[in-house]
Amino acid sequence: MIEFRAVTKRFEDGTIAVDELDLTVEAGTITVFVGPSGCGKTTSLRMVNRMIDPTSGTILVDGKDVLSVDPPTLRRGIGYVIQQAGLFPHRTVLDNVATVPLLSGWDRRKARARAAELLEIVGLDPAFGKRYPAQLSGGQQQRVGVARALAADPPVLLMDEPFSAVDPVVREGLQDELLRLQAELDKTIVFVTHDIDEALKLGERVAVFQTGGHLAQYAKPAELLSAPANDFVASFVGRDRGYRTLTFLHADVPVHPVTTAKLGQRVTVTDWTLVVDDQDRPRGWLSGVDGEIEVSERDLIAGGSLYDGSTLRGALDAALSSPSALGVMVDDNGAVVGVVKADDVIKALAKARAAGEVPK
Amino acid sequence: MTWIFENWDRFWEVTEVHLRLSVVPVLIGFLLSIPLGWLASRSATARAILFPLANILFTIPSIALIVITPVLIGVKILDEINVIVPLTIYTIALMVRSVADALSAVPGHVTAAANAMGFRPLRRFLTVDFPLALPVTIAGLRVATVSNISMVSVGALVGLGGYGQLFTEGYQTDNPAKVFAGLIGTVVLAVLADGLLLVLGRVLTPWARAGR
Ligand SMILES: Nc1ncnc2c1ncn2[C@@H]1O[C@H](COP(=O)(O)OP(=O)(O)OP(=O)(O)O)[C@@H](O)[C@H]1O
Ligand SMILES: [Mg+2]
Repeated sequence: MIEFRAVTKRFEDGTIAVDELDLTVEAGTITVFVGPSGCGKTTSLRMVNRMIDPTSGTILVDGKDVLSVDPPTLRRGIGYVIQQAGLFPHRTVLDNVATVPLLSGWDRRKARARAAELLEIVGLDPAFGKRYPAQLSGGQQQRVGVARALAADPPVLLMDEPFSAVDPVVREGLQDELLRLQAELDKTIVFVTHDIDEALKLGERVAVFQTGGHLAQYAKPAELLSAPANDFVASFVGRDRGYRTLTFLHADVPVHPVTTAKLGQRVTVTDWTLVVDDQDRPRGWLSGVDGEIEVSERDLIAGGSLYDGSTLRGALDAALSSPSALGVMVDDNGAVVGVVKADDVIKALAKARAAGEVPK
Repeated sequence: MTWIFENWDRFWEVTEVHLRLSVVPVLIGFLLSIPLGWLASRSATARAILFPLANILFTIPSIALIVITPVLIGVKILDEINVIVPLTIYTIALMVRSVADALSAVPGHVTAAANAMGFRPLRRFLTVDFPLALPVTIAGLRVATVSNISMVSVGALVGLGGYGQLFTEGYQTDNPAKVFAGLIGTVVLAVLADGLLLVLGRVLTPWARAGR
């Protein structure tokens, strides 16, 4: 558990980076600090491991005032991941990951064995251990950064925009990986980002900071969307927040059957037909054509996003992005289950609201 | 060339002296320029004093420094110290800047990460900052070494050993072969020392060529 009690940071030039911050990060949760550039997220984070000391106020980690611990000792018990990964260019990946155990006095063999184990945990081939950081992609470097922060098994993890320098696809993969890791490891994580989508996806609780170092709202993601504390939060959370609310709803949507055809099959197509491969995975759509044809890759109209049956947002997006207006639902193996329709999603939303499932 | 083989003992003797007089100042100067360079990389005030001072020292002609040194530190004019001290000063003047630049070029996110991992200052310097500064530092060291090897010869003008002796003697006895032998010795020594440092640098910094 991390507690900020009336924490203020005023830099020498008079800038107030953090203003009377009161906030408790619950143990075993991911808490996200989000807000526009310069609102004091990094400063708040760095006060936890004393890379910056507060001007006034107290920070407690597991009940202990951080100012009472000597900084290097404190830091070895707190994992830290930053944007450019901050890996040591002159050390192999394995030695990078082994850094904190070595600093804490483990013998080299044990530290390296632990490092190899961690590479696997963060989803990297152990063969990468012998490489230097410059020989990895940005996404791989970030994984190494996470592995390094976890090496000494610290209860607390501080992450400052760890995924913001990688492309959106890789970022999404890393986010999923973090959620998977956290389900196993149960760390107390403070995660800084300026990307509200990332905040809503990762955070069990989200602290929205406002310029000037004020905490504007500290709440669960669904609550931020449905009940923003002020205009700043409302506008920061964005215009699509009605749509985003759907991310947090898991209501059932009726699934309709759909006409399918296999590649190479001879069919007469009168209505929208979903073309699937041998394993029933969707390949694309055919709309009405004259007479009988042999289904070939060339005739296909690309499909939209696929709905995996989890959130209403996924269902609506699948329907909206599909050329046939029918959202394709797939099972865990990617095989077609059926299709969903946008108006059914809207009805499901109305039902959830009536049942009080949409936070106010 | 034939002079070298016919007078091998003599040639070897001056080579030894030359090597000693150039390598010792490089070593001492290098060791001293590390803390000074570190200071300059950390403090603007230190930089404002050290850099101009280094430039001024470097513009003093070496012969002047060699002649003045015994007066300043009170040793006999023929003592080797009289070459070692000025060349050490030259080495520092050259190296302070290299070391300072190399340390300043260590990426901020790397040092921040090192602090966040819980490195204490000395350990961070020895195992993170300094190793990362090595490529640039060694480049500076190569320049300093080669320039020292060529400057040692000036010591002969005040009667000290090294290839410079072959120059003065060859000139006085009108024996170009001797002068030429000194020249070859200087060049070969410089090329060997430079190559050695190049190889040493590559061995010490395998990471610097990773990912290219
Ligand atoms: N060392 C410093 N001296 C003076 N002012 C500083 C210092 N560090 C940060 N600031 C100021 O404090 C404020 C908060 O900075 P901080 O780095 O915490 O912002 P941030 O929310 O992390 O922003 P970003 O999203 O851009 O990283 C900014 O106005 C910044 O200019
Ligand atoms: Mg920041």
